[in-house]
Amino acid sequence: MGNDALSAETETAPPVDYRAVQQSEEFQRLRSRHRRFVFPVLAACLVWYFAYVLLAGYAHDFMSTPVFGSVNVAILLGLAQVVTTFAVTTWYVRYANKELDPIAEEIRDEIETGATFTAEEATR
Amino acid sequence: MLHFEAASASPGEPWLNIAIFGAFVAITMIIVFRASRNNKTAADYYAAGRSFTGGQNGSAIAGDYLSAASFLGIVGAIAITGYDGFLYSIGFLVAWLVALLLVAELLRNTGKFTMADVLSFRLKQKPVRIAAATTTLVVCFFYLLAQMAGAGGLVSLLLGVGDQLGQALVITVVGALMILYVLIGGMKGTTWVQIIKAILLIAGAGVMTVWVLAINGFNFSTLLDNAVAATGNPEILNPGLKYGVSEIAKVDFLSLGLALVLGTAALPHVLMRFYTVPTAKEARKSVVWAIWLIGIFYVFTLVLGYGAAALVGADVIAAAPGGPNSAAPLLAFELGGPLLLGLISAIAFATILAVVAGLTITAAASFAHDIYASVVKKGKPAPGAEVKVARRTVVIIGIVAIIGGIGANGQNVAFLVALAFAVAASANLPTIVYSLFWKRFTTQGALWSMYGGLASAIILIIFSPVVSGSETSMLKSESIDFAIFPLSNPGIVSIPLAFFLGWLGTVLDKKKEDPAKQSEMEVRSLTGVGAEKATQH
Repeated sequence: MGNDALSAETETAPPVDYRAVQQSEEFQRLRSRHRRFVFPVLAACLVWYFAYVLLAGYAHDFMSTPVFGSVNVAILLGLAQVVTTFAVTTWYVRYANKELDPIAEEIRDEIETGATFTAEEATR
Repeated sequence: MLHFEAASASPGEPWLNIAIFGAFVAITMIIVFRASRNNKTAADYYAAGRSFTGGQNGSAIAGDYLSAASFLGIVGAIAITGYDGFLYSIGFLVAWLVALLLVAELLRNTGKFTMADVLSFRLKQKPVRIAAATTTLVVCFFYLLAQMAGAGGLVSLLLGVGDQLGQALVITVVGALMILYVLIGGMKGTTWVQIIKAILLIAGAGVMTVWVLAINGFNFSTLLDNAVAATGNPEILNPGLKYGVSEIAKVDFLSLGLALVLGTAALPHVLMRFYTVPTAKEARKSVVWAIWLIGIFYVFTLVLGYGAAALVGADVIAAAPGGPNSAAPLLAFELGGPLLLGLISAIAFATILAVVAGLTITAAASFAHDIYASVVKKGKPAPGAEVKVARRTVVIIGIVAIIGGIGANGQNVAFLVALAFAVAASANLPTIVYSLFWKRFTTQGALWSMYGGLASAIILIIFSPVVSGSETSMLKSESIDFAIFPLSNPGIVSIPLAFFLGWLGTVLDKKKEDPAKQSEMEVRSLTGVGAEKATQH
């Protein structure tokens, strides 16, 4: 049936000292692994995309060069954008499953079972 | 060969088109009724009880995202302006990497129902929520108007309804159906409509793609040769036909590209879909599914666009009622006669219906949850009141959409979709990114960025060539000309400006935000602690 007490689980759990979690070595590792992947990879993808847009805008002769049959550089580069998008997606999922999810799960379990990081414990 | 008797006549059988669309409506209605029996709480109504799987949600995202502009618009653009039409497809697809890498999971972990939940998490609730709800409503309104006006144009093409009154009637029917779906089905019903539509759209486009390739001996190069031969213009294979005409056009395309790639991950109706799954991991899976479906679909559009140029001919398409939008339906008629045309027409209508439903529930949730429940009732609405307000808002938005759609019918409002992306990228994305990744970010920074981005995007578009200055602009007159901003898309100015304002507002802010809230948000966003759970039924 409908769950009317939406915040029930957060109210019954002991208050969490998020400051302590944030400063813990484990969390810092998760944070840096996340940032170390998403920032450079996204930056590279955006550079590659804008390079493509600029080529389409300003390098007509290069883009119009036929490669095989009537298929030219422009069409191949467009399809290459699709391929790299698929590839980066698959790469990120693998990375997240292997490098991010296990730590995130560990921290979450620790907090939710109240093993560490509860506010009472921190003030004790 | 095809012969068109009069400009308003449709090829194929209008009654067949209506019958197939009627069957789609009947089947989805039954599913919506069955799915909506448990719509009790706000979590059920706005977020479908967070019970969809990643695959289901990914299909629904594709259904939500692949609007009529994507299907009819891009196929038509490729058929007529050649390669430049394909540039849109690439921008629309690459944009999903921003959603995948930066936004989807973190948003699912920290929010509840709306974009404002995340933006106001560690900042001052009231002003930030009002700002985020404002930008949400503006983006949804522009997008909605474009879809409804598009419905009018589609009608003249597919059903042979040429007169204004007939088109107004069809827009009203589409709007009324949409209200019914969203009112009864809530997010669950909306999601199922989007899933069914996505499957039909991608399958339909897939069948046509294979068919076109088969006619050309499964040789893509032969298809391109035939397209060139039919149009007599080898330039359709090269970039530049549309965006290479002048230096301004080139910068304009760059501006559009920026808005497309940064706007997607900040579209409120896309963001809201991430709340319909039980965990961040499922949100990630949703985006992966969406990327594959959307990517494959856009590759289809390349074949269909050149296929339409080769088999129907650019001149016939340009002269047909509906102009470039008629490329895909005419290609369907050429391939499979009235039956395939009927199927593709029904899919096109289903597309408008599904996208409009998604926009409406997003706007209604934002008003009911952010403005009514959180600001007016200070987070303590009477039990059931929030959903009641949301349902009433749905009816009001539906009526506004119908009236707006009838008013905009026949107007040149195609720029509204691109504008919606530009507003989302300017008003929403900087604040989303800063609040997730920049510790020091403050309320003042958020407000400057959101209102600054929103205002600059809209003001620039008002003074742009799409509103005034030529026969093809919205005001349709050369004598009224206040187009002092040369570009048709404001993104290249308004997006960097909004990022800058977010930074400036923060560093000039004397007040500091609560560091405990920042800790909580960062920990929750990355680990999923305390994230909203799926409801039990």
